[in-house]
Amino acid sequence: MKLQNWIAPIAVGGVLLAALLPGVGSNINEASASTGSKCGELNIAVNNWVGYEADAFVVGELAKKRLGCIVNYVYVDEQISWQGFASGQVDVVLENWGHPELIDLYVKKLKVAQDAGSIGITGVIGWYVPPWMKKKYPDITNWKNLNKYSDLFKTSESGGKGQLLDGDPGFVTNDEALVKNLDLNYKVVFAGSEAALIQAFRSGEKNKKPVLGYFYSPQWFLAEVPLVKVDLPPYKEGCDADPAKVDCDYPPYPLHKIVSNQFVDSDTTGYKLVKNFKWSDKDQNLVAKYITSDGMTPEDAAQKWIDDNPDKVDAWLK
Amino acid sequence: MTTLTREPEAAENPSESPPPEARSGPRIPRIWLAAGVIVVWVILSIVFHGKKTLEIGGADQVGVQNWIGDRANDLVVADSGNFFLRLTSGIADVLDAIIQWFQLLISTPAFPSPYPEIGFLGVLAVAWFFTALVAGWRMSIFTAVCFALFSLLGFYEDSMDLLIVTLVSVGLSVLVGLPLAVLMAHSWRARAVFTPVLDVMQTLPSFAYLLPLMLLFGIGAPAAVICTVIYSLPPVMRISSHGLRNLSESALEATDSMGQTGWQRLTKVELPMAKRTIIVGINQTTMAALSMATIAAFINGPGLGQPVVRALNALRVGDAFVPGICIVLMAIMLDRVTTAASEHGEKLRRGQARDTAARRNLFLLLGAAVTIVCVYMSRHYVFAAKPWESSLGDKLSEAVQTGIDWISDNWSGATSSVSDGFTAAIINKLEYVLAGSPWFVTALGILAIALIVGGWRAGVATVICLAGIRYLELWNNAMITLTSVLVAALFVMILAAVIGVWMGRSQGADRAIRPLLDAGQTMPPFVYLIPVLALFGPTRFTAIVAAVAYAAPAAIKIVADGIKAVSSATVEAAESAGALTIQIITKVQVPMARSAFAVATNQGLLYVLAMVVIGGLVGAGALGYDVVAGFKQLDTRGRGLAAGFSIVLLGVMLDRITTYAARRGESRSS
Repeated sequence: MKLQNWIAPIAVGGVLLAALLPGVGSNINEASASTGSKCGELNIAVNNWVGYEADAFVVGELAKKRLGCIVNYVYVDEQISWQGFASGQVDVVLENWGHPELIDLYVKKLKVAQDAGSIGITGVIGWYVPPWMKKKYPDITNWKNLNKYSDLFKTSESGGKGQLLDGDPGFVTNDEALVKNLDLNYKVVFAGSEAALIQAFRSGEKNKKPVLGYFYSPQWFLAEVPLVKVDLPPYKEGCDADPAKVDCDYPPYPLHKIVSNQFVDSDTTGYKLVKNFKWSDKDQNLVAKYITSDGMTPEDAAQKWIDDNPDKVDAWLK
Repeated sequence: MTTLTREPEAAENPSESPPPEARSGPRIPRIWLAAGVIVVWVILSIVFHGKKTLEIGGADQVGVQNWIGDRANDLVVADSGNFFLRLTSGIADVLDAIIQWFQLLISTPAFPSPYPEIGFLGVLAVAWFFTALVAGWRMSIFTAVCFALFSLLGFYEDSMDLLIVTLVSVGLSVLVGLPLAVLMAHSWRARAVFTPVLDVMQTLPSFAYLLPLMLLFGIGAPAAVICTVIYSLPPVMRISSHGLRNLSESALEATDSMGQTGWQRLTKVELPMAKRTIIVGINQTTMAALSMATIAAFINGPGLGQPVVRALNALRVGDAFVPGICIVLMAIMLDRVTTAASEHGEKLRRGQARDTAARRNLFLLLGAAVTIVCVYMSRHYVFAAKPWESSLGDKLSEAVQTGIDWISDNWSGATSSVSDGFTAAIINKLEYVLAGSPWFVTALGILAIALIVGGWRAGVATVICLAGIRYLELWNNAMITLTSVLVAALFVMILAAVIGVWMGRSQGADRAIRPLLDAGQTMPPFVYLIPVLALFGPTRFTAIVAAVAYAAPAAIKIVADGIKAVSSATVEAAESAGALTIQIITKVQVPMARSAFAVATNQGLLYVLAMVVIGGLVGAGALGYDVVAGFKQLDTRGRGLAAGFSIVLLGVMLDRITTYAARRGESRSS
């Protein structure tokens, strides 16, 4: 073979060697990677409401910068997150709303996850109307009067009934069953996301357009537009036991953390932070507001809060 | 998205025995028959409105759906000794290892370094070098510019992740698909088995199999790769087997006469001869993989889909726009590089390349040296490892967001009255007939129309599909979905007829519009959804507009090509006979391009169906919502899976009816 014919293989081989040989490995170590840290990987599920995002990034940025963990934010839906416990794709769910069926399956039956305590916030779910409606129709906040007003809430999508606007199809909801069991002349329509709900309520208040929708607190938007909650038949222990027969309001949800057993066994540093993490509605709403209204990235928003609240943060890291 | 590639000979053998109705000569024109059926149907729907519509509650799960849901949940709790689950988790582990290896190499930080093994400059140089090697220096500069833009727009890591998932999936598709294509080319039995399977794989909306795959392979990159492979396998199989079957007989006979073995014939003659076609297949597979890899973000698949899904959740059109641009750039890059690679190889072999061997070798050595230096630097110096930064992406995103905000602030009254008016005037009327009639009336109506336009074979397919939908107990929702699909497809065809004919007749129009259509086809579907959602809110109208935007490019292109293919001699003859332009279009070009219109209708319907599911994410309800909710909520999994099957059945039914209708049209006009 002539020398010429060897040139192409040599050139290609050289490039491949340079690219793939790990021996020449990178030697860039920036200061941010604190050496000697015991923390390994921390995979935090990020569910799709902004309050959760606030939890996730405050814990995540702390773990990254103060403990030297490798933090991965895993953007998945609420119930899909649990699927990741067994495979190690998800180590932590930071804000669990109830889900007794998932706790049954993953904690009791499959034994892949466990409770890691409260985050200090109680969640509330319910039906809300914009404040102008409460002023104009004072009795609208009693569920018994909803049928009287159902004509107000008609839309192109509600098939002649009133429209009850729900959020993401993945959120905790009994609304289909409630409408049926309370004989309400309404149809549930899914807006698709938290942002779509907020947009509907915001324009409803601004343009005095009737909106009845699923909403929850803590939620930073309630500070911008103080939505009024509609009272459903009060919650009693066990009235929501059968999902098809629910005829009462949502229970209060003490929000808590779920961690995978694998993670608890392998990583004491990261687990301690997760276990200690506990804050308030006000804290969460502030970070959520930084992200949405102020347009900060979740990382920057979390960092700003961390810098402003050294005492709270230090208590978690102790 | 150039998927759903049909075998080019889908309408083969027009001389095949024509259906009996055509032979005896229809006594009543078919259009009157169809009109009669519709009139009877409308009358019945008014008389029996709302009876036996089989509507079920929004969160109810009934009968067979419970059974399906229980089987799905069995999978989750099955003990790890289950052979099938051990197999899938083994596959998942291997895929995970492969993807992670690539990610540490070029996308995610290789701890303790804050950068991957090979930093930005190194990756750029390697991409540049290999593109130059296989596709020529022009393409190599284009590739380098694309990589620089991924970085300058702020999505370097996500872009590399998408590239990795896409390339690994394409590799697997080719590895699995090519041997199967050879099998299909040589055995009609294999063809008979695989063709319907491939049909289903292509009509299956991607959302419908995210759920079962998640149950089997978990969430993350492995499941993302598997669902991407399912979606992108059909093009390479179909097109390659078609290429292998249509080789010149004389060349094969000549080499057979020299006494070759079957293996020699395959590797030395058939595969090399069909190489061009196979590369076209790989190209199509790459495009399909790219679009599916973005949807896989819903199961935590890495890549550019993630920022798009986040933007959808935050309703930020601007935030979706920039990663959307990166996806389009990636698509154009992969498309052009694979196409240029096949042409470049040909040129080199024939000695037509402009550069001489000496110049080429000089380039190789210099290029390799530069690349190696870049890779070395990117491993050792921050300036070379760090992706280039600029505020370009932020500015672009801000500008788009401001524009959309302005429109929704100032036109929200107008947009909502358009949406409401259209819904009341068209969607609700059609839904009244399709979903508001007793189920058997609707079933007979659809069957009668299928028989009239498509003949008995379309009728048989319709009966099977409708029976399946009835059995899955989602009849009412299926009919609501069908309504949206038909309305959207109608608008797709109007656009295709107007713009397609214009493009087919005018070179200038074609040159101006085609790049826009190409870009439109590569955008992942929910990028369309976000601006439409911002304008029209969570409604069926939103889903329909997004579906039209998604399906129109493919249909327009098919019609334009069909019009262009009408022989210019015929058109000139008509012109010299003094026909007006409008007469030439309606009497000559459109009738002669009839089969292109039929194919466009078929493709339009299937694309629309795929998008309507995604509309379920944002208030369009019906089957699309059932699929999405089944994916997101544990207790309606069975219903979600049943809805997925129902969509497949709807897709197969629409496909069969339009395909047989097209064949009848052809056999009549020939």
